[in-house]
Amino acid sequence: MITFEAFYAAPPALTAHAPALLVVGPLIGACVAALSPNSRWAWMISVGSTIFAVWMALCLAGEVARQGVVNYYMGGFAPPLGIAFRIDALGVMMALLVSSVSAAAALYSGHALDAEVRSSKHTLFQAGFLLCVAGLLGLVSTGDAFNAFVFLEVSSIGTYALIAAGERRDRRALPAAFNYLIMGTIGATFYVIGVGFLYAATGTLNMADIAARVVTLGDSRMVQAGFAFIVVGLGLKAAMFPLHGWLPGAYAHAPSLMNIFLSATATKAALYLMVRFLFGVFEPGSDFAYHFMAWVLGPLAGAAAVICSIQAAFEKEFRRVLAFSSVAQVGYILLGLSIGTTAAASAGFLHLLAHALMKATLFMAVGGVALHFRGRTLDDFAGAGRDAPWTMAAFATGAASLIGIPLTAGFLSKWRLIEASLAAGQIWMVVVIAISSLLALAYAGRMLEAIFFRTAAPGAERAKEAPLGVLVPLWILAGFCVWFGIDASLPESIAIAGAQALMGGRP
Amino acid sequence: MNTGELLIALALALPLFAAAATYAVGRMPDVRETLTLVSAIGLTIITLSMAVRTGAGDAPQLVMARPLQGLELAFRLEPLGALFALMASVLWGINSMFSIGYMRGKREPNQTRFYVCFCFAIFGVMGIAMAANLFTLFVFYEVLTFSTYPLVAHKGDEPARRAGRIYLAILVGASVTLLLPGIIAVQAIAGSTDFVEGGLLQGKVNLDVGGILLALLVFGAAKAALMPVHSWLPTAMVAPAPVSALLHAVAVVKAGVFTIMKISAFTFGPNLIGHMPVAQWLLWLAAATIVISSLVAMRKDDLKARLAWSTIGQLAYVTSAALLPAAAGFAAGGLHLLAHAVAKITLFMCAGAIYVATGATRVSQMRGLGRRMPVVFFCFLVGALSIVGMPPFAGMWSKFLLITASFGSEEWITATAMIVSSMLSLFYLAPIAIRGLLPPASDAAPVEFVRPGGAPGLTVAPLVITAIASVALFFFADEVIAFLVPVAGAAP
Amino acid sequence: MSAVLTHFNYVAVIVLMMGGLYILLSTGNLVRRMIGLAIFQTSTGLFYISLGKVSGGTAAITLDAVSAEGQALAARAGAEQVARYGVEGVIYSNPLPHVLILTAIVVGVATLAVGLAIAVRLREAYGTIETDEIQALDRVLTAAGQVEPAP
Repeated sequence: MITFEAFYAAPPALTAHAPALLVVGPLIGACVAALSPNSRWAWMISVGSTIFAVWMALCLAGEVARQGVVNYYMGGFAPPLGIAFRIDALGVMMALLVSSVSAAAALYSGHALDAEVRSSKHTLFQAGFLLCVAGLLGLVSTGDAFNAFVFLEVSSIGTYALIAAGERRDRRALPAAFNYLIMGTIGATFYVIGVGFLYAATGTLNMADIAARVVTLGDSRMVQAGFAFIVVGLGLKAAMFPLHGWLPGAYAHAPSLMNIFLSATATKAALYLMVRFLFGVFEPGSDFAYHFMAWVLGPLAGAAAVICSIQAAFEKEFRRVLAFSSVAQVGYILLGLSIGTTAAASAGFLHLLAHALMKATLFMAVGGVALHFRGRTLDDFAGAGRDAPWTMAAFATGAASLIGIPLTAGFLSKWRLIEASLAAGQIWMVVVIAISSLLALAYAGRMLEAIFFRTAAPGAERAKEAPLGVLVPLWILAGFCVWFGIDASLPESIAIAGAQALMGGRP
Repeated sequence: MNTGELLIALALALPLFAAAATYAVGRMPDVRETLTLVSAIGLTIITLSMAVRTGAGDAPQLVMARPLQGLELAFRLEPLGALFALMASVLWGINSMFSIGYMRGKREPNQTRFYVCFCFAIFGVMGIAMAANLFTLFVFYEVLTFSTYPLVAHKGDEPARRAGRIYLAILVGASVTLLLPGIIAVQAIAGSTDFVEGGLLQGKVNLDVGGILLALLVFGAAKAALMPVHSWLPTAMVAPAPVSALLHAVAVVKAGVFTIMKISAFTFGPNLIGHMPVAQWLLWLAAATIVISSLVAMRKDDLKARLAWSTIGQLAYVTSAALLPAAAGFAAGGLHLLAHAVAKITLFMCAGAIYVATGATRVSQMRGLGRRMPVVFFCFLVGALSIVGMPPFAGMWSKFLLITASFGSEEWITATAMIVSSMLSLFYLAPIAIRGLLPPASDAAPVEFVRPGGAPGLTVAPLVITAIASVALFFFADEVIAFLVPVAGAAP
Repeated sequence: MSAVLTHFNYVAVIVLMMGGLYILLSTGNLVRRMIGLAIFQTSTGLFYISLGKVSGGTAAITLDAVSAEGQALAARAGAEQVARYGVEGVIYSNPLPHVLILTAIVVGVATLAVGLAIAVRLREAYGTIETDEIQALDRVLTAAGQVEPAP
């Protein structure tokens, strides 16, 4: 990570406590936002805390670039008694991703909330949003398995409430949020049970310690049972195929702010935790983990990439199309990870970053138009390209990246994925990626065709251009989609560093 | 930045700038169209000076960006690419004149989008022509695909959108499932995708792996319309005539065969190609494509469909040329690329002019029409005879050289297919012009002009120019061959 | 059989867990589903507490080994057990799982609160808390191409 070494723009006291401040900043922000007098104040606090989190993440990036791994003991209590934060290059990658997407979403929320959430709830909404952010940031920086559960639930409980807040525009948000709550809680409980098994087998909750002791246990049934519970539980949270049933509804009916934030970060954070267990805690070289990755994770990921793309191609509502596409794209990431080499993992992480970027762009464009427009289906969006050219051009940029058209970020990450699968001799993965890209062309093409090549039915409600406050963050995101399609050295260096930190020098 | 780098950068920047400027002045048609013409002239000057430099043995190169470790967005000029770029930019200018006449004559909607997409398409062509490696070539290949989709679906009604979908599905489908994995496999095997004199993969692959790669790359470049990935081309004929003329006779399809020529010369190299059984099979497939497409063309009554099928056959000529052992037909292939482009754009512009003037699209409607549009039909005859391979038209030399080269390499099937198809093309192209110039049949009057005054002058002038160029190329064919000989040590 | 008897608390964990999941999946009533979820979560509590139990151990409250309670405990556990697991002569159960599960209970209560709150809003918006009826209402509206915002 060459890029962050030079970054050192905080007083030493702040840098020393950056791991804690990263989480505490948004957490305090949440409390203050809940107490703030009106919507404008809450918004400013939300923007301020998320930007503070970005700053802290950058400080951490600098520290990690210098030291390799940052260990931080909460309150000065060292493990096994205390809770340790352990942040390596992969954690930094996720922290940067979560904090910067949350900052973009917070900026965007200034306009979006007025249209989507009752005004009396704005302060509470911002508080919930900051809780989510704090939870996810904690999740990616903690080194303690049980602490991870707590952060996971902090962010999830916030998410349930915020999705339900979409009811003002679409009451289907309520059953979707309830369904997500049930599924999410089952997932989290499974995770706790799995951690319990590991604790019973190893007597510790610190992930690094668990890893050190699991190796000595060999083929322990207890460890394997814990592994299964953890993977299923986190798979539910990460919407891993076929456990993704809750996701389309939750994404489609949530307020657009949550679309942006969730699609780019929430499932990714759960995925991150799963990856930590797959590669960091369990020995990937062992037969059990190897067979799991080759025969369960890989095929399921491939099925997700194809089947969910087909589902997306048959959906009529914009956001549902994008939601199904998210499940399919998570499939790509898992495909890369299931290969189990450092190169493939870095390809998967590159796709993770690229996907976060493009999905945030797409959802922000749809949300920006939807501020003054009740249309939701393909037919409603017919002719929107003429009515809202700038917003829809950004949408087209994101869609191009989703398909994987050259000169966008999505193309380069797919290139790397195909390269890694070829290098590993997994020809079927190349076929899956190619087919799924074509399906992406089909479903994204349908949307673009409706937007740009069809004319609105006479008398139909017309889309309006998004306000400037939305257009600016939107075009920043879209600009990154293109920039990282021409020169992806920055995200790639982050992804490679993350993969190396994860795999610890294995090939 | 030296002059060569500057030329490359300008050749890429000018079409992009033209696209942006065209969009900005979209409300003012006169300014917009002047801008297109000026850009085309500017681009012609740039590509001409590039051609002069490469002709003098210079090979300017430019690394634009390094998107990922080990990948370069890089450009490097060589004679074949310079010829392709020059051809595309000259014909862009001529075709722009035709576009103006046609689009105004037909009062088409969405004209700004039309011109902007054209600029992007030319941007793609420039990138393909100057690409220094397969990665760059693929990037611009896809730019070309996606920028031409709005042109194919221009009308925006259901049949046009459907055609657009098929167009994208086949072109992108082939490029993503075949070309892209092929290119990445090349990268994995050779460590780069650079175009290297004598062949990048020379000595790095055995014949089996090489054969699979060659098949992936050749079929993946579906723009070359080698059967069985040809069906997008007739479908794309729903597009307005200027699109068919420039893109589906020149830019897009030639980008396909150009890709195959580059792959053959620089990725595999003449030596490797000569030893590969798969290259032999592909030659037979190309021969089959040549004959079958000619037979289909004879049965088509729709003029543009007939021309499209003829194009499929002519593209297979160039594919054959690229795959002949020891680069025997390489220079001839390059000449054919040029000769066919000039002739076919003439034919398509004639079809467009007839359509603007009368609304007629079917060959059977055109008997006797030539008496009212003599210039158009005479130029059609010139283009047709050039495609057939008659002297004194450019097509004669390239066909002659190709057939000689096929005999020389003992590819009897290819040679026979070319001879048979030349005769067939005489039957399906020449009669259109001749019957048009004959008196109309007694029982049916020729179709009336739907536009008072017939075809606008701006649609007729360009096709006269290209018809003259077809004749002129007959006399300058030798220079073109001499220009192309340095490529891959090609034999004339 | 003896394994089942000696591990009866784990059997109880499994029964609670499966029972909770069954309720969760079998009923369409939102409140009943929340009850199922609560039972399901409770099973993990029992699981953790069972893990932390050291046979013969007492709660992790500092105890003097020479006091009456301490000696009674030691007598029940046996000298060998005390020597192996004892801390200053007293056997304690592992406190950590208790602490963990305390956190998990808090999380569970918060989830329950949010879930029930959503159920209340659902009832206001749809007039029912039966999943099938909600789905039927949605299907009708979606088919008609309109979606009502909640009141």
